[in-house]
Parts: sequence; C-alpha cells; structure tokens
Amino acid sequence: MKKIIVVGNGMVGYKFCEKFVAQPESKNFKVTVFGEEPRPAYDRVHLSEFFENQDAKALEMAPAEWYVDNGIELVVGERVSDIHRSTKTITTAKDREFSYDYLVLATGSSAFVPPIKGVEKEGVFVYRTIEDLEGMLAYADKIKKINPNAKAAVLGGGLLGLEAGKAVMDMGLEPHIVEFAPKLMPRQLDSRSSQVLQLKLESIGLNIHLSKATNQILGDKAITGMEFGEDDVLNVEMLVISAGIRPRDELGKTCDLEMGVRGGIVVNNKMQTSDESIYAIGEIALYNQMIYGLVAPGYEMASVAVDQIIGKAETLMASEIDMSTKLKLIGVDVASFGEPFMPASKGHSVIFEDKTKHLYKRINVSHDGKSLLGGILVGDASDYNMLHQVYLNGMAIPENSAELILPASEGGKSFGSVMDLPDTAQVCSCESISKGAICCSITENGSNNLNDVIAATKATTGCGGCKPMVVDLVNETLKSLGKEVKETLCEHFSFNRQELYDLIKINKVPDYEEALNLFGEGHGCEVCKPALASIFSTITMETANRQPTIQDTNDRFLANIQRNGTYSVVPRVAGGEITPDQLITIGVVAKKYDLYTKITGGQRIDLFGAQIHELPLIWKELIDAGFESGHAYGKSLRTVKSCVGSTWCRYGMHESVTFAIEIENRYRGLRSPHKLKGGVSGCIRECAEARGKDFGLIAVDGGWNLYVCGNGGATPKHAILLAERLDDETVVKYLDRFLMYYIRTAGPLVRTAPWLDKLDGGIDYLKKVVIEDSLGIAEDLELEMQGLVNKYECEWKQAIENPEMMKRFKHFVNSDDTDDNLVFVPMREQKMPKAWS
Amino acid sequence: MQDILKQYETVSETNVKTWFRVGEVNDFPQNSGACIKYKTKQIAVYNFTRTDKWYACQNLCPHKMEMVLSLGMIGDKEGIPKVACPMHKKNFSLEDGSNLGGDDLKIATYPVKIENGNVYIGFSD
Ligand code: SRM
Ligand SMILES: Cc1cc2nc3c(=O)[nH]c(=O)nc-3n(C[C@H](O)[C@H](O)[C@H](O)COP(=O)(O)OP(=O)(O)OC[C@H]3O[C@@H](n4cnc5c(N)ncnc54)[C@H](O)[C@@H]3O)c2cc1C
Ligand code: SF4
Ligand code: FES
Repeated sequence: MKKIIVVGNGMVGYKFCEKFVAQPESKNFKVTVFGEEPRPAYDRVHLSEFFENQDAKALEMAPAEWYVDNGIELVVGERVSDIHRSTKTITTAKDREFSYDYLVLATGSSAFVPPIKGVEKEGVFVYRTIEDLEGMLAYADKIKKINPNAKAAVLGGGLLGLEAGKAVMDMGLEPHIVEFAPKLMPRQLDSRSSQVLQLKLESIGLNIHLSKATNQILGDKAITGMEFGEDDVLNVEMLVISAGIRPRDELGKTCDLEMGVRGGIVVNNKMQTSDESIYAIGEIALYNQMIYGLVAPGYEMASVAVDQIIGKAETLMASEIDMSTKLKLIGVDVASFGEPFMPASKGHSVIFEDKTKHLYKRINVSHDGKSLLGGILVGDASDYNMLHQVYLNGMAIPENSAELILPASEGGKSFGSVMDLPDTAQVCSCESISKGAICCSITENGSNNLNDVIAATKATTGCGGCKPMVVDLVNETLKSLGKEVKETLCEHFSFNRQELYDLIKINKVPDYEEALNLFGEGHGCEVCKPALASIFSTITMETANRQPTIQDTNDRFLANIQRNGTYSVVPRVAGGEITPDQLITIGVVAKKYDLYTKITGGQRIDLFGAQIHELPLIWKELIDAGFESGHAYGKSLRTVKSCVGSTWCRYGMHESVTFAIEIENRYRGLRSPHKLKGGVSGCIRECAEARGKDFGLIAVDGGWNLYVCGNGGATPKHAILLAERLDDETVVKYLDRFLMYYIRTAGPLVRTAPWLDKLDGGIDYLKKVVIEDSLGIAEDLELEMQGLVNKYECEWKQAIENPEMMKRFKHFVNSDDTDDNLVFVPMREQKMPKAWS
Repeated sequence: MQDILKQYETVSETNVKTWFRVGEVNDFPQNSGACIKYKTKQIAVYNFTRTDKWYACQNLCPHKMEMVLSLGMIGDKEGIPKVACPMHKKNFSLEDGSNLGGDDLKIATYPVKIENGNVYIGFSD
C-alpha cells in the first residue's frame, strides 16, 4: 500500500481528501493528513459568519469522524517541520517521523504583515483563522467597556479588508478602512467604480481613507493610533491587517524545492513541484508565476493532483484561470469578471453610472462587438452570474451590448434564460459542476428538487455564489419535464401557504390540530404552527388568544421576548400622534414597573424589561387609560408613520396625520404573511418615509399617490407607484384589494417586496388586478377585508378580561415565584439586561 | 453562568430518587410547554397531547443561557419529539436532549410520569 502525506488541513487540503476518497483507486493508498490548526479544516471563505454565532462547528468542512469513516488519518495541532527528500520522510514539530511515497503540500498562506514600526502592539490583528477572530472579539469587548465609542481600523481596502471592515462595524466599533492605493479594491475595480463603491460604503457607515501610507503604529503597549504623515494621525484602539497574503512556503525552502522569487512553490500543470513525488496545491502553489488567492482554482488543483497520483495522467491544470469575484458583503453588491480594465487596443467599454443610486456597471466588449471580455458591477450585481457565464462560454451578445447593463426603464433587457447556456458551462466553479451535470442529476439520476441536486452534485456548497443560478436551473429543468416545482411549508404539510389558505377556508377547518389531521402528517413544528396561525387569523380575524400554543412565542405572550427572556410592551400610537396625558400615563406605568423606555423607529414608545407575570398588570393600566395593543410582536400591521402634514407644516398638501390614523385604525390587528408597515407623507419631501413601507401615500396636487411593496431592513426596496392622485376613498379601496390579495397569495414570512418580485408580470400585473380588476375578484377582496376590519378587537383587552386566558402569564406552574436568574445592570439613567457572556 | 448550567444533568428512569409532583394534568397546556420549579432548578415540561406523551428538560437554553425553553414551540423532526428555542430557534430532541441542528449544545432531560391525573418529574437528588 502506498503512503500519501498531506501537509496542511485547510480548504484545499480537505478538498484533496474528499476528491481522493471518491476514487475507487483510493483503497490502494493510505492517507495521513497533518494540520497545524487545533481543529479539522473549516470554511475560511465564510469565516466572517463566525462573528454571528461563534459556532466553529458550523464552519467545519467535515467533522473529525468523516476522516475516520473514510480511512484517513487526521492529525490536528501538529505542524510538519521538515521534509527529508532523500529518505522520503517528514518530521513534525513533536519530533515524530513518517515516511511517504507521495507528499502533498497544501500549507496555504498566512496574512502578510507589512514591516511597519509597532505592528507587534496589543490590539493589532490579522484576519485568517478562527483564533484570530476569537482574539478580535475578546479585544473589542475589552476596549468597548472602556470606551463605548471605540474605533477600529482595517489596513487594506481589498476584498478581504472590506469584509473585515464590515466585521468590526458589526462588533460595534467605529470602522475605518485605510488603503495605500488611491482606490478601493485596486485589483478588481477601475477608479470610477471604486468611487461609487466608496460612496456606498460610506453611506452604511464605513469611513474610508485612501492614499495613506502608514509610517508607524502609535501607543505604549497597546495600539492607540496610526501615523501616516507628520501631522496625519488616525486614533484607533484596534487594527486589523489585511494587506495581502504570503504563501507558507518555509518547508519548500528548507528542502530546496524550486521556489518563486517572491515566494510560493513552483508547480507544473500536473501540480508537481521540482521533486516529482511532491505536489503542491492551493495558496502555496505558484502556477504560471501566480499565487491564486481563491478557493476555486485551489479545488481545481486538488482534482488534478488526485488524478495524477492515481494514474490518470491526462488530467492537467488549465492554462487560463478565471479570477472573477463577487464581494460577499450583505447589502453591497460588487463583482468583477474576466478582464475588468482592458486596454483600448483589445476592445471598447460600455459604462452605465448613476452615483445617486450607487450604481456602476461596465462591460468590456471585443472590437467586433460580438463577445464579452469582462466587466465590473457595483451597486447591483444581480446579473453577475449570467454575465460571467456569457463571458466564460463566449456566448453571443446583443447587437446593442448596452442592453446587457441598462436598467429596464432605459431599454435594458434581461439576457436570455439559464437554459440557453451550453451544457459545458461551469455553473459552480468551486466544485466545477457544469450546467449539464446539474440538469442531468434531475433528468437522469432521479433528483427531484434543489436539495437532491445539491446532495448529488455538491453544487453551491463552496462559496455559494452560484446558488441563484442553480435554483433557476433546477426549477426550469423540472418544469421542462412537466414536474411541478412545489414549494411546501415544511415536513408536516406538503402544500404551500396559498393552498393551505384555500383548503382551510373552503373546508371551514376549525383549528390547527384538525388541519394537521386532515392535510398534514407528524406533530407540527415551529414553521407550520405560526404559518397556520396566521392563516386562521386572516380568515376569521381570530386573535392570538384562541390558539395560543401554535403562535410564535412573541404572539403567544402578546409581547416581544427580549434578550434575557423578559418582554417589551408597545401600545398603539396610531400615526404617531400622542397627547400629553397619554405620555404621562406611559411614563407613570413605566416608572411603576421599572421599565426601560425608548422611542421606537416606528413613532411610538417601547417599554422594556417586563416579566411575564407583570404583562397583564401593565396592560390593564394602559388599557384603562385608553391604550390598546400595538401588535409590535405580530406578523401583522405594525404602524402607519406620518408626518405633520398640512396641519402644521408650511409645505403640507393634505392632512397626513389624520389619514395615517384612519388607515392605521382600519388595519390594526390585521395579521399577514409577514409584518406590514405603512406611511403617509404630506408632500414629496417625504418626511414619513412612506416609500420605505409596504404601502405608502404621498400627498400631491389633486390627491394621494399610492406606492406599494417597499421596505427597509436588510434588503431595502423603495415602494413602487401603483396609482396617482387618488381621493381618500379610492386609496382605501385599492389598499383593501392590494393587502387582501397579498395576504391570500404570499408565502409565509414573505414581505410585500419579495412577493412582488416573484409575482408573474410584476407591478403591471398587480395594477391590473387592483385597479382594473382583471381577475374579477376586487369586490370579493374588499368585502373580505371589511369583514376582518369589523371583527377587530384588542387582544390584550380580551386576554386580561378572561381568567382562563390569563393563566399563561406566569413563570412557574407550581409556584408563584418569579425567575430569579434575571440580572439587570444600570444603563445611563435606566437599566438593561446583563450582557451575554 | 456555567454554574447554573452545571446543575442540570440528564436523569434516567432507573436512577430517579425523587418523583416530585408538579401539578395536575390540567395545569399544563395541551401540545405545548410550561415551566416548573424544583429546588433551584427550572424545568420545562411538555404535554404532547397528540401522542399522549410527556417530556421534561432543563428550562435553560445552553446557547445563550436564558431561561426560555418552556416557551418554545414543540413538534417533531422526522418523528423525533423536539422543542425549538424561542430565541434563535435551535431545535433540541426531547428524547435525548441533543441539538437536532447538529452542534454540540445539549440539554438535560428528565423522566415524567402521570398518575391519577397528577404529573411527576423524576430527579436524582
Ligand atoms: C423596537 C424597534 C427598534 C427601535 O427601538 O426603534 C424594533 C425592534 C425590533 N425589530 Fe425592527 N424595530 C423597530 C422598527 C423597525 C423599522 C423602522 C420602521 O418601522 O419604520 C424597520 C425598517 C422598516 C421595515 O420594516 O421595512 C425595522 C426592520 C426590522 C426587520 C427587517 C424587516 C425586513 O423586511 O427586512 C426585522 C426582522 C424581521 O422582521 O424579520 C425587525 C425585527 C425587529 C425585532 C422584532 C427583532 C426580534 O425579533 O426581536 C425587534 C424587537 C422589538 C421589540 O422587542 O420590541 N425589524 N424595524 C422598532 C419598533 C417599531 C414599532 O414601533 O413597532
Ligand atoms: C476572511 C476570508 C475570506 C475569504 N473569502 C474568499 C472568497 O469569498 N472567495 C474565495 O475564493 N476565497 C476567499 N478567501 C480565500 C480562501 O479562503 C483561500 O483561498 C483558501 O482557504 C486557500 O486554501 P488552502 O488550503 O490553500 O489554504 P488554507 O485554508 O490557509 O489552509 C492551509 C492550512 O495548512 C496549515 N499549515 C500550514 N503549514 C503547515 C505545516 N507546516 N504543517 C501542518 N499544517 C500546516 C495551516 O495552518 C492551514 O490550516 C477568503 C479568505 C479569508 C481569510
Ligand atoms: S413631508 Fe411635507 S408636509 Fe410633511 S413635514 Fe415634510 S415638508 Fe411638511
Ligand atoms: S438562546 Fe436558545 S437558541 Fe439562542
């Protein structure tokens, strides 16, 4: 049996193992892997996700048992310290010796730390391993305790630097990006796109400093700042260095393998180093005089090395390597593919730019106008996958190539369908899965849905960037086979929300249990219970009190559960209008129960820190004073924000407050697939942010303009104009129709904007349904809504008046004690829960 | 914080020393959970009316150390009875306390018995 030793258990070293054991020939080999890090290989590409949950396990490429099950010996926490080529042995840092027939070097890179004076100071980090991130988190906590407004800088404005910048921002530090070059992402972007990106990043709160050469790091023991020029200093309490990578090639040097001048171990297209029994793959390998700092080429190298070792000599590394990339920052779309810059001698560029919308798109087209050579997308990279494919496969492009990037309103056309791609198109570059393989998995190998396809092909499991395209391919292929593409609620109901809505309504199903008996299987879960609760209440307007145990925890206790298991109380303040007496009542109640108070982003007041048994007592006092539930906990109407409008404002065109109150009161308590928010502004200055809402009204000369399907949140969308210059009555009529149609047809937890995105025919179709009544259901929708409006009652009032319903507001069944684990700490003049440890 | 967690250890039917009465069947909501107190412990008790089975586990979610599991929605995952933590929806098996989402977090479970309409939880102390 031949022995293979893999040095390095990173992403590429792992991929080598995975590809190796998939080959039947692998049983003739014994594989031993040494990794220096304390744990098995993990997904470095998604390292930043560690900040969300500190769940190192979730990042694992495969658990330790996987190696055992596949006959691989994995040794973690042990560095290989020497290679003895003459005896074909290695020694480790623990002075153990092992022999090999083949050696595979997959030692990756380390972060490059430039030789700046003071880099060794406390508070200076690199961004490469889980341990680095743990160190950053602990340090950030420490400095935030001393200074809640602490600042952190990232040295380097490349792909990784920006990711690190967002990470320090999410840690609650004021983020600064310091870049030596005069532009961001200098390797991927041209100056104009880099400026657009800079504006966008600044708008989300990142501070950008360009053309800055750092002379030294200031501070005694710990960093206190960075010095650029003599009087040019940036005070920061933490620094993350992200200035590039350096291959970990020390082993190659000491055993005299051929090295690159600037590091890296030279390999040929078989991934062999200058010693033919030693291979190098991943970020250590210098191929075509380049180190490729991306996973996809590394995975490709792993495949080549596997095939070479088992004797499939014909598998060679391609000579051209695709370096297209997409930034992974949520809410910031940036991508570049092919040749992003391109000299004028090779072709011409088409550029579309809209700085106010932080949008820049550039494509580079060959002189004959027939092929796409590369491009840059900033602000909207939704076409990246398709353009990248067009580039990779040399597909024909429209005569007027600008159509590829112009917005639809200016003559842009979405380009072809995924089905037009050639079968050989590589859709998932991390795992090298072609379109053909994905379709084949359905047409020939029995996959029936996305999950099957992913399990069978591993597509999407690398960086995940190809997921939208894989979803489209799966859906289109299923459709072409006449198979229904079925969304189902969860393992307990194989229907979608709309089907269940109809089934429950038509069959007059009384409750969840019966629905499960009739149409489901098993015993339910946290997905179908609240989804059905919402359906029941939008059919009959029942409150959360009737079937409390199928409600999400917030609805079950009619309050939002907080970080420490206490609850918040939000009374309705329709339109944001509140009297001095009401303010006093809220103040008195808050004081009596020692609640933290804050004005919410929804123009009302939130009282935090109530214990479960206090909720009814608090609500009794509020209700006695004339308040009612604000439904801040429900997937239901939240608020209709208003501006003062013509009542007070010198520009106001109509009474926006009055109308906002009327609308909020009309739809209060209305449950829906996701939360619903509205806004009413008195003029186009739009102080109520109505276009950031699910429905918004803006006063104009001659009536109201009605906008629908907007939201803030993680993926902000401006609402789109549905109809213009409407009178009050028509607004309500259209709103009834629109909301009821949404409630009937949307999937669970789908807000109006993504619902509209998926609606065949989009806004034009919606206009036809709502305005022209193309489906002939308008009257029905209005009547149904009126029925729900008539049945409204405050569920908190209902609860406190009914002793049976009150039973649930108690911490213990068998004792009147309260939870003694709650710890509050002072916060300015108020209190807050003790931080999670 | 870790100290709070340490007092919860799975008790199996065979090593029960005390069957502690926590109330009547009707004190517990159907197909849902509630919390009881035993000495310094908080225990979540679930009444799976559909299958006529009862389960109990620590009320403390090991993810962020909050006393919340009794408030979570219950149901099953491929037949395994489970509770979903109300905070971040981690799913725990009520049969063996393992995290059905895959990570290491685990909760302690306790045996429940029903006699003459009374609910008892088994403890080893
Ligand atoms: C209290 C408040 C923040 C504040 O102190 O101002 C708040 C707090 C929460 N928001 Fe919010 N949001 C609050 C206004 C907003 C706004 C501003 C607005 O309404 O104008 C937005 C952006 C507008 C929008 O929704 O489009 C907003 C966008 C979100 C989102 C993202 C929604 C999306 O479609 O992407 C979530 C997450 C979700 O719903 O899934 C969220 C979720 C939450 C939750 C419920 C998170 C949770 O599950 O615990 C927070 C708990 C509230 C509580 O415990 O009381 N909150 N949230 C605001 C309550 C408003 C109110 O009076 O009811
Ligand atoms: C935050 C971050 C985000 C990224 N995002 C992307 C992205 O979006 N897209 C993309 O394509 N790429 C991305 N990358 C790059 C990608 O992670 C790397 O290309 C990939 O991890 C390289 O794999 P590798 O196995 O060659 O090296 P590594 O993953 O670094 O693995 C090498 C391993 O070998 C070990 N080792 C080194 N020397 C020895 C020795 N002598 N003995 C034993 N063990 C040793 C190291 O400790 C390490 O565990 C990102 C990287 C980071 C840090
Ligand atoms: S939107 Fe118009 S009416 Fe309302 S406050 Fe602003 S300027 Fe005044
Ligand atoms: S606290 Fe239970 S899942 Fe996070």
